[in-house]
Amino acid sequence: MIQLVEPFTEEKIRALKQGDMVRLSGMVYTGRDAVHKFLHEGGRPPVNLENQIIYHCGPVVIKEKGKWVVKAAGPTTSAREEPYQGHIIEKFKIRAVIGKGGMGPKTLEACKKVGCVYLHAIGGAAQVLAECVTEVVGVHLEEFGSPEAIWAFRVKDFPAVVTMDAHGNSLHATVLEQSKERLKQLV
Amino acid sequence: MRNLKANVLELIRRTSAELPDDVVHTIVRSAKQEQQGSNAQYAMNIIVNNIDMAKLKSAPLCQDTGSILFFVKAPKGFDQLAFEKAARDAVAEATAKGYLRQNSVDSLTGKNTGNNLGPGSPSLHFHQHRGSRVDVRLILKGGGCENVGAQYSLPDTRINANRDMDGVRKAILDAVIQAQGKGCGPGILGVCIGGDRATSYVHSKEQLLRTMEDANPDRTLAALEKDIVVSANKLGIGPMGFGGATTLLGCKVGALNRLPASYFVSVSYMCWAYRRQGFVLNSSGKIVEWLY
Repeated sequence: MIQLVEPFTEEKIRALKQGDMVRLSGMVYTGRDAVHKFLHEGGRPPVNLENQIIYHCGPVVIKEKGKWVVKAAGPTTSAREEPYQGHIIEKFKIRAVIGKGGMGPKTLEACKKVGCVYLHAIGGAAQVLAECVTEVVGVHLEEFGSPEAIWAFRVKDFPAVVTMDAHGNSLHATVLEQSKERLKQLV
Repeated sequence: MRNLKANVLELIRRTSAELPDDVVHTIVRSAKQEQQGSNAQYAMNIIVNNIDMAKLKSAPLCQDTGSILFFVKAPKGFDQLAFEKAARDAVAEATAKGYLRQNSVDSLTGKNTGNNLGPGSPSLHFHQHRGSRVDVRLILKGGGCENVGAQYSLPDTRINANRDMDGVRKAILDAVIQAQGKGCGPGILGVCIGGDRATSYVHSKEQLLRTMEDANPDRTLAALEKDIVVSANKLGIGPMGFGGATTLLGCKVGALNRLPASYFVSVSYMCWAYRRQGFVLNSSGKIVEWLY
């Protein structure tokens, strides 16, 4: 188990390997379809994203007694952002992308180039992950709707698996190839 | 029917926050099959922990509370319009309370309605019968798993599937391969052989109303259901697509008649957070039984 604590430097990120299990502590910024399209098309981010972590997540956040409370915060499917992610990683020097289901070759290439990893969170573990959010620091681009906004979360011991590292290795590509080979024996 | 809205609100809360016992048992059993220290075991342990936590906190198991699918079996004369109104009010209140995420988006403008109401949301299916029971069931099916469902039109030359049971099997296994971990496996499949494109998909989702351990009364389908789970697990995709022993927790297959010219196989992929619940009402509108 690796403790990955901010600041998220290129050195720390390049030290990670495919298959490593990590516990992440520091700031993460949620962003899904609307945010990625916005940034890709030249929109200016409302927060400084350099050396930061993007989390593919549309959380359930409710205001209770004037304070934001995170009711659920599991990952969304990352594959939808593949057209945009590589470019965004390079443009802003993103250090990690958290999501589920993995991403494709363009993202893997950008990870290698910039020093970024894909951290696969456990899909559906909304409560375990909500508990990891110690503070809702802010919310931006709320006009996109609550699940599509940029939520700034401070997290502690957020569990994830490195499935795409900064050296061109992808567990997703490996499992895909292996499963396709095994299918040939079954049909 | 008195208290209908309150009963439906409680149904939504339970469905969102608590996995039914049969699903929990299957998940706990499968977790033990994964290798010690593996990514797959790591994932399953967090899943089991999440199930406990959600029930304790009465909070959503998964933040994607998905499509809201009601299935109602009721006697002749049951007021469907009143049910629809009560269900819609309950959905809006459940959203305000955080049991449901704001999940309904206008497809033309991109605007989120904020309360889960809108054309097609929630979805309601009514079946009339000549008995006296009012049987109300709810499935919450997330977008991630919804996106990895697939409908095959046989023959399909890409996967070498002809219009026979071997072709059906190839189609189902192809859906599992294409899904990899993107449907938040280990998943459960609801499948329909036959129908037109619309009825085929609906019937595949109705298969998800069955219990994990039930037996298909049709021998061919029962054999297919068992084989698909064994074969899918041999693919080794594992929880979250990390690689591992459990790729599918179950597979339920139904069949409808088809046109001579058509042969559809519809595969609905349900994630591990298999949220289905239901109740039976007596004639004064009191819940007399929870169904799962």
